[in-house]
Amino acid sequence: MNSTYLWYTTRASGIVSLILLTLTMVLGLTTTSRARSRNWPGFAQQEIHRRISILAVVFLAIHVLTSILDIYVHIGWFAIVVPFTSPYSRFWVGLGTIALDLTVAVFVSSLLRAHLKPGTWRGIHWLAYASWPVALAHTFGMGTDSREHWVIALGALCVLSVGLALVWRLRASAKRRAPLSIETSHEDPLTRRVTTATVRGDRDDA
Amino acid sequence: MTHSASPAPPRGDVHQLLGHPSDLRGHLEAHGPLNVALYRNSSWEQSLVTSIEASGLAGRGGGAFPTSIKLALARRAGSGGTVVVNAMESEPASDKDKLLLTRAPHLVLDGAQYLAVLCGADRIAVCIPIGRDAVAAAVGHAMAERAAHRYARVREEIVRPPDRFVAGEESALANWFDSGLSLPVFRPDKGTPLRIARRPALVHNTETLAHVALIARHGPGPFRGRGMTEEPGTCLVTISGAVAHPGVVEVDRGTPLSDIARLSQPVEPVQALLVGGYGGMWVGPEHFDTPYASITLRTIGAAAGVGVIVVLGESSCGLAESARIARYLADQSSGQCGPCVYGLPAIADELALLARGQGNGDSVARLHRRLREVNGRGACRHPDGAVSLARSALAVFATDIAAHGRGEPCSHWRKLTTLRFPRPIGS
Amino acid sequence: MSALRITVDPVACAAYGYCAEILPEAISLDEWGYPIINDRPLPAELIALAKRAARDCPKRAITLRERRSG
Repeated sequence: MNSTYLWYTTRASGIVSLILLTLTMVLGLTTTSRARSRNWPGFAQQEIHRRISILAVVFLAIHVLTSILDIYVHIGWFAIVVPFTSPYSRFWVGLGTIALDLTVAVFVSSLLRAHLKPGTWRGIHWLAYASWPVALAHTFGMGTDSREHWVIALGALCVLSVGLALVWRLRASAKRRAPLSIETSHEDPLTRRVTTATVRGDRDDA
Repeated sequence: MTHSASPAPPRGDVHQLLGHPSDLRGHLEAHGPLNVALYRNSSWEQSLVTSIEASGLAGRGGGAFPTSIKLALARRAGSGGTVVVNAMESEPASDKDKLLLTRAPHLVLDGAQYLAVLCGADRIAVCIPIGRDAVAAAVGHAMAERAAHRYARVREEIVRPPDRFVAGEESALANWFDSGLSLPVFRPDKGTPLRIARRPALVHNTETLAHVALIARHGPGPFRGRGMTEEPGTCLVTISGAVAHPGVVEVDRGTPLSDIARLSQPVEPVQALLVGGYGGMWVGPEHFDTPYASITLRTIGAAAGVGVIVVLGESSCGLAESARIARYLADQSSGQCGPCVYGLPAIADELALLARGQGNGDSVARLHRRLREVNGRGACRHPDGAVSLARSALAVFATDIAAHGRGEPCSHWRKLTTLRFPRPIGS
Repeated sequence: MSALRITVDPVACAAYGYCAEILPEAISLDEWGYPIINDRPLPAELIALAKRAARDCPKRAITLRERRSG
């Protein structure tokens, strides 16, 4: 196959998968129950999150495949699984490998979710928090298109959206936990006597 | 703790819990030896199982579940487990378990011994909440007596769970043993036995075990000789409120409510009776002569619950007292289930507004809707108790609600409560 | 007739509300976002949705059990 077409495909699919991964992150981060209004279709949002993640993985696969098939630079099968073993651009490809490994782990664990303990699935899913920034660094570190204005703008947009979603999520979690897990003091409206009670709260959405 | 008069010592063939000697020697003189077979003796075991079945004993901790069925389930679940003596008595208006443990600890412990041998349990754990040190001391003293005479067959010990309302719930107690947290566990299938450290656990109320001990010693006859045919035996009832002599009395099962209340001598005309505890139900004058038993109370929509009767005198405001109880129950939620955590405070707030005459036209309808929605949607029966209390208050004090709503709250809603609430609780 | 009964574990439930979204015919939400299960027998065409609701609850709070008729 023509190396130039492979190369274009690698770059394009890489950027597309970054956008899709960003979208996936944002949709995943904004999934909490209490901070949403009751009429928000939370389940539909979760479904879209899942389907976009599948799309992201498809484009990621194209990106990885074409990068290996391209003989102009040598990367090799081994390097896409073990980080920092690529002859070409060892460090930045290595980051890509890390992001790939983490993304695959998150994806596969979600396919097997019904067979895993909830804690296990949740722990592995948290790796997504690591894989996205690594993917971002890989994109800009590889350098091929990262000096184009539109690519920089795109990157900034991705960072901004994930950043905002993260802030929203942290505030929603705090709001959710606050009333349930502190000692509350209550004055009897009838006798004005004060009683204190601790209501235990453990609902954790993060 | 209120004091109760000591009844005359019972005759040998009459079933009675109160009035027995509390020391080991007196206990043995009155009842004879423990008589538990040294090795697993199936004919002895079978005759004891038959006795319990024939007696018709049902749990006295609020559930009124037939003891023989619970025992059969536990025996099927295997040996090596624990018999849990539920002496938590988290119901603030109840004193019977405390009394029984200080006046007749050996009866209770013997009952646990019999059941432990029948189940092949290797430990008996008496659960006394933190803070009730007098009771713990009395039980500790009795256990020391038994140890000195090598009397007990199965190892006995005292444990101290936290003093919270739901901590006495069966599954919360079992959960506490395993996790240290007194949180009720969702059990959709009550047929599966409770487990502690993966071994079966048989949890029984203090009073139930005392009955077992007497039935084991004297046969089912004396027990059946008291009470009703459908619900035999005696039960302990704590009477409080507008009475001259609050305390614990022992009555035949099926005694009319009014007769029981009269034993403590109400000091003024009685407006309503709270039956079954703070999670029980208000009963109005038209039902005062209902016999105190599960089957009869069910016909007026109530449950026997724990042996508690609170007498509400004329000079108190039923709505205000109900609002206080609802607030207490809301605060005692274990915080695990949404309908309880959010629903109970909402119900308590609404009742408080009604008591102060600040409810609006929709308040009662809204309250009814919330009660319908909250009922049965927790992991344990705690919210159901609050619902039962609130619903009965709306029914029995309906005229008060109307009067308060018209801006004529009775002068009594500000009166200091006649009910008992624990000190403000920490964590 | 063996029908399915939907059971919610109230301790696990965290009011995500997905179940009510998937199966509004049988599950509605109270004013605090917690599910109220309609106890009518589930028609056959809704069983697949009920299984979906059970599978996709983030807290695995929903289980389906055989309803014993009678």
